[in-house]
Amino acid sequence: MDLTLSPQEQAFRDELRAWLEENHPGEEPAGDEAAFEFRKDWQRQLADAGYAGLSWPEEYGGRGATLIEQALFNQEMVRAKAPTTANVLGLVMGGPVVIAHGTEEQKQRYLKPILTAEEIWCQGFSEPESGSDLASLKTKAVKSNGEWVVTGQKVWTTFAHEAKWCMLVARTDPDVPKHKGLTYFLMDMEQDAVQVRPLRQITGEAEFNEIFMEEARIPDENVVGGVGNGWAVAITTLMHERAGLGFGSAIALKIALGELMELIRERGLDDDPVIRQRVAQLYIEAEALRLNASRGLTQIMKTGIPGPEGSLVKWQWSDANQALTELAMDVRGAEAPIVDDSWTYRFLRARANSIEGGTTEILRNIVAERVLGLPKLR
Amino acid sequence: MNFDYTDDQQAIKSTARDFLADRYKLEKVRELAEAGEYDDALWGQISELGWPGIFVGEDHGGQALGQVELSILMEELGYALAPTPFFSNAAAGLAIHHAGSDEQRERWLPGIASGERRGTVGVVSNGAAPLVPDADSAEVIVLIENGSASVVETGDAQVEKVETIDSTRRFFRVQANGGDSLEGDVEGARDRIAVTLAAELVGVGQRAMEMAVEYAKDRKQFDRPIGAYQAVSHRCAQMLLEVESARAAALYASWAADHEPESLPLAASMAKSYASDAGWRVTASSLQVHGGIGFTWEHDLHFFLKRARTDAALFGSAREHRDRVAELAGLSRSAAPV
Repeated sequence: MDLTLSPQEQAFRDELRAWLEENHPGEEPAGDEAAFEFRKDWQRQLADAGYAGLSWPEEYGGRGATLIEQALFNQEMVRAKAPTTANVLGLVMGGPVVIAHGTEEQKQRYLKPILTAEEIWCQGFSEPESGSDLASLKTKAVKSNGEWVVTGQKVWTTFAHEAKWCMLVARTDPDVPKHKGLTYFLMDMEQDAVQVRPLRQITGEAEFNEIFMEEARIPDENVVGGVGNGWAVAITTLMHERAGLGFGSAIALKIALGELMELIRERGLDDDPVIRQRVAQLYIEAEALRLNASRGLTQIMKTGIPGPEGSLVKWQWSDANQALTELAMDVRGAEAPIVDDSWTYRFLRARANSIEGGTTEILRNIVAERVLGLPKLR
Repeated sequence: MNFDYTDDQQAIKSTARDFLADRYKLEKVRELAEAGEYDDALWGQISELGWPGIFVGEDHGGQALGQVELSILMEELGYALAPTPFFSNAAAGLAIHHAGSDEQRERWLPGIASGERRGTVGVVSNGAAPLVPDADSAEVIVLIENGSASVVETGDAQVEKVETIDSTRRFFRVQANGGDSLEGDVEGARDRIAVTLAAELVGVGQRAMEMAVEYAKDRKQFDRPIGAYQAVSHRCAQMLLEVESARAAALYASWAADHEPESLPLAASMAKSYASDAGWRVTASSLQVHGGIGFTWEHDLHFFLKRARTDAALFGSAREHRDRVAELAGLSRSAAPV
């Protein structure tokens, strides 16, 4: 057991830290459009320095970074409060899918514009009637004259209004069991048959969209991983996505907790025994999250397979982040519901934490069935 | 970075698991608990394996390994719920090893490491230590009061049996005056003792969780195993979350004790407070999964629940350790007198 970083890991982190200090672009500008352009510029800067697509093989513009280096990267970005990249879904999911399951032609065509944010990606998985039961999705794709004709509706698609490509899972065979009749496509968003409508959330903003497809067209060469393999293609990337996120989210929690302690001191509540107990419990949860994420990484490095730890960590993070924002509301007392304060926003936004990226109920099912071996009800 | 046991540590763990599963079957645990006794012959075997001196230096007859190895043994002893004086003796060893002078070490550590002349530790409040494990069979008692500690010979102390809910461990009230002061790192010793208990709680929780999962697979109601119902399976998933988090916290604190002592105070308080809550909650939750049978004396689960709840009260409760975490994390108590 050795919890210190190896000399190479240390060197990677120090180099990144120095680069971030030199190149941090500052605060994001106000306004959705301006903020998005700012994030594009930032991503280009990262790509030029070789920090976009860190885990990708070098031949496709990445660094072939280890999981620990990826975790360190996430951690340092959060620590430096660096802006997010414009093409998050392309970098974290789209690129890795094409690398793992795509043809050589697809790799040549798609990977570079993902890195440079020239082409933004979105993800079309969830549907109004297929949330946790994703494999029941109904959007259908029918082959006609060498191309696929797609009709259906998707929901919770972040960046759909900016996206060039949609990672779309659609039903290509209605006559086989539900997991087997799905295919993974790359759909061009720039066509009239695809309509995007923003979805206003409880915070008042619209981070997400709905997509309506009415006989949209997808050429056959845009199938990824073969017809009928859509479930496997979608699932492998979801697992890998979860693995690296724990580290960054643990640091984000600790930063938020630092801000909360500042608020507590300002209000003169640092002696309040109940507040102290709650803060300490959150601090411990954040540390447990970081430690569980580290143990998870060690397991993946050894076995090559992301384990169920990713589910534990995501579940633990959403509980802790919600509890943290609730404590902040409590500390603010009568001022809590006043909108003009970031804690009020964070409190509302945190309600989605236990839903987005797998509901806590589904994560508990995964843990119960795959780790503990309990029987399935279904 | 490698957050996992080395091959040697893994070997210690599996040897301990096998040895304890063979010697301390649950019928044996029950027999000893109901009699309120330990098995001297088995203690002899444990001593021959070198466990009591696992962290003690070679010059005092120990194996010179660290807190990580001690925690591995404690987790397994907790998993087996083995009634032994191992913990009390190890706690005394930690106190004298970290807070004692050369002379004090020379005098006491060889007997502790060989398991032949054991020690124990008590925490004094209001003039007496209310809950000292194994004080009657120890030759030496370390008494900790606030930041200081002293060693007394058992013959010079008043030792009175105390009945607790945990009949797998023997407890005593101890009162003594004077003694030989320990001038070294008392806080570090106390933190290591807390981490040692946290490791035991992880083992207790792990076993109680396994019992719940096993039962949830076997027990059928409404024509299905009860583990197929989410009300039950999600309860079990929660147990895993808490046991794994307690394990991660205890492992980290053990590693910090050996390699990064400046992180130990915070790590130890995090581990003890988390494991104290998890140990009690997981065993109680396991009892709920078992339903009525879990509430009977005949079922073994209650021994685990009682050990967990008693461990939670020793060497700082969850509440006390959380308050220390708040302090160390940056919420300073104001200078006003309490």
